[in-house]
Amino acid sequence: MTTAPVTPELERAAIRAESRRGFLVSLPAAVYLVVFFVIPLILVLVYSFATRSSTGLTVLEGWNLESYQRLFTDDAVVQIFIRSFSLALVTTVICLLFAYPFAFYIATRTPRVRNVLLIFVMIPFWSNFLVRTYAWRVILGSDGPISQLSQSMGGEPIRLLFTNTAVLIGLVYGFMPFMVLPLYAALERMDWSLVEAARDLYADGWTAFRKVTLPLSMPGVVAGSILVFIPALGAYVTPALLGGAKTVLMGDYIVSQFLAARNWPFGSALSFAVMFVMLLATVFYFRAGAKTL
Amino acid sequence: MNEGTAPKGLVDRLLALNAWVVYIFFYAPIVLLIFFSFNANENVAIWTEPSFRWYGEMFQNHNVTSALRVSLIVAFFSTIVSTVLGTMLAIALERFRFRGRGALDGLAYLPIIIPDVTMAVMLLIFFFQAFGIVDDLFGISLSNGLPTITLAHIAFSISFVAVVVRARLTQLDGSLEEAAADLYAGRWQTFRRVTLPLIAPGVAGGALLALTLSLDDVVVTQFVSGSGATTLPVYVFGLVRRGVTPLINAVSTVMLVASMVLVGISLGFQRGAEARGQKLADAEALRLEMATD
Repeated sequence: MTTAPVTPELERAAIRAESRRGFLVSLPAAVYLVVFFVIPLILVLVYSFATRSSTGLTVLEGWNLESYQRLFTDDAVVQIFIRSFSLALVTTVICLLFAYPFAFYIATRTPRVRNVLLIFVMIPFWSNFLVRTYAWRVILGSDGPISQLSQSMGGEPIRLLFTNTAVLIGLVYGFMPFMVLPLYAALERMDWSLVEAARDLYADGWTAFRKVTLPLSMPGVVAGSILVFIPALGAYVTPALLGGAKTVLMGDYIVSQFLAARNWPFGSALSFAVMFVMLLATVFYFRAGAKTL
Repeated sequence: MNEGTAPKGLVDRLLALNAWVVYIFFYAPIVLLIFFSFNANENVAIWTEPSFRWYGEMFQNHNVTSALRVSLIVAFFSTIVSTVLGTMLAIALERFRFRGRGALDGLAYLPIIIPDVTMAVMLLIFFFQAFGIVDDLFGISLSNGLPTITLAHIAFSISFVAVVVRARLTQLDGSLEEAAADLYAGRWQTFRRVTLPLIAPGVAGGALLALTLSLDDVVVTQFVSGSGATTLPVYVFGLVRRGVTPLINAVSTVMLVASMVLVGISLGFQRGAEARGQKLADAEALRLEMATD
């Protein structure tokens, strides 16, 4: 093979050819995402400014901000939003409290034990979410095991189903693996010789943990918290199965606007509001990640 | 390594206790659900005697079998298309510089961040509008069904596949690909003989994730499925909302076991493929090297 001298023109042509190839490789997925994601997203935005006719049909004229105004003025909506937000926050905190020591325990075992322990975290992580939530409906029901146990000890039948507690248990159960895995990844990646160094310098176990391990595992804490908080805020299946009329969350409220109340403009505005909060959370996540990494 | 700094004594015992609590929390509901699915009694939570009664009824229930059929068809097509598109997207974003790459990079993450409910709303409105336009232009009235479910599942799966494959691509430093190119392997040859075997575990992981997402989805499917076709999770979800029956326990157990088998396959496959892929690529690089010597 002979080699031609590399001229600036040749180099530019090569860059152009490379750019064209990259564009072509990405094209099928890009077109698919534009058609089935970007356009639908724009449609929701358009619908959120539309009017709802008296029969429940959406009229694509008479654009207005009523749906957005209702987000802030309708007490029921504000309450649902506060309830969703606080439940998602409590879920995240509970997950963190149990998952951190749990991930720490796994990360400090020998590699072989670690792998076995991890597989048993992966199984519920990959198992069907609906089925895992459904299981709690059986457990928390008025004739479920918890209630039966209480009755056999001479107590009252306990009915936890359709309460905030039931929804909280379901959310923690559903999203706990999302907290464990990033925490474990952060702890496993960590340079443990730094902890040893701290101990060599007479730091006690607690101080070494507080000053070395905890700061170094912060990316995992942030990642896990976001991964739990975001789906918990938009959860639909969990409140629909374990909650009742008094525990409506954002997710099932939005669904009801489309399938029951037939108020598509308002439902669209709600969807956008939830999405906005999540994008904020994600931006916060990348900021925090960039700072600590 | 980690073991040297592992906490000792009381702290370690408390950590172990916490780990047990978390594992029991993870598995008790699953075990209980499987246990009660073999209960002969009509009442879900009152044990009488073991039987396969509900499994027999499940396979004779026409609704269950037809929903299962829809689920499998949708999952099959959605997995194949999203794996191909997602892998191409990952390669384009990791290995090429082209115009619009930055925007596409951001867009590729959005379907992961966006809540299920918003995605469902977006696609509901999109198909409603698209069908309206088709009806106006061609006088053909279309409605939601198996094709819309499949299109929707592909839309949310592509990004997940892309993320998994990209993670694998960033692990490879590209030196083997460069070596192949240096040895006059063409672009396609390099891709097929070096890149593809190396990223195979990532592609397989992405495909399994797409398969799981498709088989698990409730929210999006509920919005884009018509009266003619429903998937198994959506059918079960509808049943559960009306109440708990032993039949649902049996269906749930089957779904649970199916996802556990998938995890098993994925773990086994990933290990095997990782070793095999590395060996294949090494051998191929070596062969190319010898052929040109």
